[in-house]
Amino acid sequence: MTTASSSTGHRSDPALFDYLLRLGDDSLILAQRLSEWCGHAPMIEVDLSISNVALDLVGQATLLLDYAGEVEGKGRDGDKLAFHRDALRFRNCLLVEQPNGDFGQTMARQYLFSTCQRLLFRGLAQSTDARLAGIAAKALKEIEYHADWSAEWVVRLGDGTPESRERMINGFAWMWRFVDELFQVDEIDAAIAKAGIAPARDSLRAAFNAELKKTFEAATLPLAPLPAAILGGRKGHHSEHLGHLLAAMQFLPRAYPGATW
Amino acid sequence: MSSPLGTGWRDRIMHVLANVPDPEVPAVSIVDLGIVRDVRENPPAVIITPTYTGCPATDVIKGSIRQALDLADFRDVGVETTLTPPWTTDWISDTGREKLRAYGIAPPPHSSTLRAKQLPACPRCGSTNTQEISRFGSTPCKALWRCLSCAEPFDHFKCH
Ligand SMILES: [Zn+2]
Repeated sequence: MTTASSSTGHRSDPALFDYLLRLGDDSLILAQRLSEWCGHAPMIEVDLSISNVALDLVGQATLLLDYAGEVEGKGRDGDKLAFHRDALRFRNCLLVEQPNGDFGQTMARQYLFSTCQRLLFRGLAQSTDARLAGIAAKALKEIEYHADWSAEWVVRLGDGTPESRERMINGFAWMWRFVDELFQVDEIDAAIAKAGIAPARDSLRAAFNAELKKTFEAATLPLAPLPAAILGGRKGHHSEHLGHLLAAMQFLPRAYPGATW
Repeated sequence: MSSPLGTGWRDRIMHVLANVPDPEVPAVSIVDLGIVRDVRENPPAVIITPTYTGCPATDVIKGSIRQALDLADFRDVGVETTLTPPWTTDWISDTGREKLRAYGIAPPPHSSTLRAKQLPACPRCGSTNTQEISRFGSTPCKALWRCLSCAEPFDHFKCH
């Protein structure tokens, strides 16, 4: 085991910094999206559920972005990275910035994200980077819940009324284009995988597809080949949705620098 | 062996911590919940672990510990956080479980005794004729259940 040295040996490692931004930004942006449901969900129980999932994701983002800031070594912490960075510098996948739509669309996005995140974090919990392994093992216990919970909703809505079924199908129809990006491997992923810090994302695809098949069968939903993928989030090429999201999220700390509760 | 913290320092610090309530479930202390992982002598520090990564109570707990240590003259004892090993409900003490039940929260099953389809008993009437309403309740650590015998809803501290 080389964990002791690797947890401190990555200072100013640009690949690790970028990789941690990808992980942290995924959690942060999805958390912000889910927060938009607060007070608007179809039932009080669902409102609480979505808020709790958002809270878990904020927790993950804080741990990951704080670590990213330390690796970068320029004195930025998680808050600085979250609130004082422009859209072009965000490294989240396009899936998480997609609008909530209706509850079916939100659950489609959650299911696709959490199912992939569960597989990824199972691997990250075995990372050669001790700090990242600790964060992943902690977060994984929460992610298991998110994945199960969103899968239950996919089944409940898909195998529900004609109305709920149609909404579930439409929700997935919006999200399919952004699935391939979750499994993309570029030079940063390759370097990180080679160092044993994380599993290569493409190695998770078979397990993801098997999970998808299982859930869709239970939900009696049709599973068609994916449409052409839209990529670019990992390089900072985002949809127009991210700018609007950041405007809401970053307004206060930018308008009132140093504001505290 | 003498410590700069004075004789019996560990017991005295643990006693202080045993009187720090959890901010979200004040019936139980942070020691009952298994949040306190260690008391280190050199450099002196109380080591705690968060229940959930985004649990807003973690900062409140740190503040409460700081205040309690200061009041007990342990001003040089720091408060540190660790993530590993991750917190589990198995660390909730038997006393803690009983306090949760008395407070109206069904305690989590111990993972070693966890059997499939074992439902939590209603903290009010003891019936196991219970049903989950929602996987997520009023705080990240709780799910919402109802008792089908006495018809009361209740919080269930989730196995984690
Ligand atoms: Zn009852």
